Amino acid sequence: MALLQISEPGLSTLPHQHRLAVGIDLGTTNSLVATVRNGISVVLNNESGGTILPSVVRYLADGSVVVGEAAQAMQNEDAANTIVSVKRFMGRGLKDVGEISRLPYRFVGVPSSSVAPGGLPGGMVQIRTVAGVKSPVEVSAEILRVLRSSAEAALGGELVGAVITVPAYFDDAQRQATKDAAKLAGLNVLRLLNEPTAAAIAYGLDNAAEGIYAVYDLGGGTFDISILRLSRGVFEVLSTNGDSALGGDDFDQRIHCWLLEKNHLSALSPRDTRLLLTHARAAKEQLTDHGEAHITAMLSTGEVIDNVLTRSEFHSITQNLVQRTLQPLRRALRDAKLNPSDIKGVVMVGGATRMPQVKNAVKEFFGQMPLTNLDPDKVVALGAAIQANLLAGNRSGVDDWLLLDVIPLSLGIETMGGLVEKIIPRNTTIPTARAQEFTTFKDGQTAMSIHVVQGERELVSDCRSLAKFELRGIPPMVAGAARIRVTFQVDADGLLNVSAREMSKGIEAAIVVKPSYGLSDSEITRMLQDSTQHAQDDMQARALREQQTEAEQLLEAVQHALDMDGDLLGADDRARIETRMNELRGTLPLADHAAIKRAIVALNDVTVSFAQARMDKSVASVLAGRNISDLETK
Amino acid sequence: MQLANLDFQKNHFDLFGLAQSFRTDIAQLEQQYRALQTLVHPDKSAHLPDAEQRLAMQRATLVNEAYQTLRNPLRRARYLLSLHGVDTQEETNTAMPPDFLMAQMEWREAIAEAQQARDIAALDELAARLQHETHALEDGLADRIDTEKNHAAAAELVRKLRFMEKLAEEIHAAYDAMDI
Repeated sequence: MALLQISEPGLSTLPHQHRLAVGIDLGTTNSLVATVRNGISVVLNNESGGTILPSVVRYLADGSVVVGEAAQAMQNEDAANTIVSVKRFMGRGLKDVGEISRLPYRFVGVPSSSVAPGGLPGGMVQIRTVAGVKSPVEVSAEILRVLRSSAEAALGGELVGAVITVPAYFDDAQRQATKDAAKLAGLNVLRLLNEPTAAAIAYGLDNAAEGIYAVYDLGGGTFDISILRLSRGVFEVLSTNGDSALGGDDFDQRIHCWLLEKNHLSALSPRDTRLLLTHARAAKEQLTDHGEAHITAMLSTGEVIDNVLTRSEFHSITQNLVQRTLQPLRRALRDAKLNPSDIKGVVMVGGATRMPQVKNAVKEFFGQMPLTNLDPDKVVALGAAIQANLLAGNRSGVDDWLLLDVIPLSLGIETMGGLVEKIIPRNTTIPTARAQEFTTFKDGQTAMSIHVVQGERELVSDCRSLAKFELRGIPPMVAGAARIRVTFQVDADGLLNVSAREMSKGIEAAIVVKPSYGLSDSEITRMLQDSTQHAQDDMQARALREQQTEAEQLLEAVQHALDMDGDLLGADDRARIETRMNELRGTLPLADHAAIKRAIVALNDVTVSFAQARMDKSVASVLAGRNISDLETK
Repeated sequence: MQLANLDFQKNHFDLFGLAQSFRTDIAQLEQQYRALQTLVHPDKSAHLPDAEQRLAMQRATLVNEAYQTLRNPLRRARYLLSLHGVDTQEETNTAMPPDFLMAQMEWREAIAEAQQARDIAALDELAARLQHETHALEDGLADRIDTEKNHAAAAELVRKLRFMEKLAEEIHAAYDAMDI
């Protein structure tokens, strides 16, 4: 596509050429997909006509998969095969999933297959279903697949890419797992975006907000607090904190426990556990607007549950959960060197912030009413869509803005005695890189094990282990003489890359941090193969769509070039180009991707000299422009 | 500012168009930082080929590093002295005046006591006093570096400031440990 290569400086895509990009809020309880249409961010409807897709995936014995409301409807009946709140297991080992006995799943602890010698305890937790053992990454990919296809159906074309939101307090393993899930679902991830930041973008752009804002985001399974400075189109995250295992689900659990206690129950079947959790959730939602909630249910044993939960009792059994959100709040303010009174507004995000006791606690803490003039369920997806639109290159000069985000947790490596040496402190603006030198402990030591951890604690055992790798071939020297330089690079997704280099001989080892809790490449390959049946059906259709898109882009580009620089062409040349354009247009409805491809090549052939002429003209004008700006700066 | 005119080989002061001195206009630094990131941030090139995305990441990383270095007085002083070929010897030179070391021990004890007693008011007071003394050292640094150009004396103040920074980290950790 010779013509597409010509673009004016700073203008990377042609006008009118809108690239389809979406923002996805992959939530613990619900997931949404949004896009920017005619300059406005909107949540897209899914196939059932609603905007909210319950993050529920049900596996059937025949291998088929049901996602969303239909799966949710079966969550009591088929609890063991119907995965809800899978986000809580992303990038998590068996020991991290505390409430195993209270969840209706058959968990499988997996020895991390891909870890270097000296291995780490357990990889990501997996769940045994009737359709086989599933990793949280696969389960999440099913949700993403549904969102992707409903978005493509709604937008009428292949997506260029997606921005996927993650809790700000997600660590590297959880972020990597999310990115792997997107890859598995066939999505091109433009960026992983922190959820409170996404909300701040949607709120800030909508209200032309300036000043320091806090975003309090209590979702289904995660809690985040972010402090941002908004000024003239720049969203600068000053600090973030949170608890990636605290959310609305925990409030359900409290009601569930209260029910068990009231009715002297223990050891329920998976089905009954899920049944009571479903009722607990309904009661929680009812207590937002009502003084009490009546809970009635019949267990599989025939026992009848019949209790009334008052709002004040609900508040007292969940008081410490609300309190648990305040400590991260204080820490985030302290890290940003701010007081509650410095905050101009508090944006509330996540369905769980509807609970009156949460609103009150936030109001009391900041001494002001939190902002609730936006839909706490949708604001994250809307913000993600705005960023996706920008990253896909659809921006126009007017709505240009910049986001500067941070890493939530310190990154470090293990040193002698199981201690952590921090290399990049939390709340460092990304992208960032830091290097540190280490040395050998023994005379003649020729290898060094590098253990990368994330967290705030001093002991390695209290932090999250991200990866272990070995640097071999260090020249033998006396202890303390070798110089090993370890470089941490964190990209704009908040993902880490580590490399190590021995300074005297230049021996190098580099890894993308993912093994301990992430999936190995072979696991991803296996999963991709599992889904090839599904994929093969799609392949023909996909190839066709790709060629159609390419053809449309080419036609648009050529037309644009003709409009701009038609004067560079003779009448014959112009006629030849227009004939080929018409031929290409003629192939579009034929559903034959090979024919479209041939017509594309043919059109490209006749535009080569035109492209050359335009290039000469373009280079001349760019050179002229550069000379002027050089003169100005000197 | 035009991307073509950005020279990423420049020193941090030149990158932000600031005079090479310890006294710095923070507001101007912040403004220049944002202007630079608006040009180089990876979000601006997410739709471009991989090579350009990598370049954007490297540039944005450098701009972040330069900004954080200049924004923090201790790091700014250390960097400025390194431009003059002066090593601040923070790890090697431990010859501090005895009264300074004595004061350090007293600080440590006071922080530990406040933490043990869960005395937030005492910790707040220590933090305020530490900030005051840190500012005094920074004023001294400005005089040594910008006015007197006495780099040896400045290096000693940098070493003292490093002690103060460690105390600030301890106070921060004490607040965290008290779970407030």
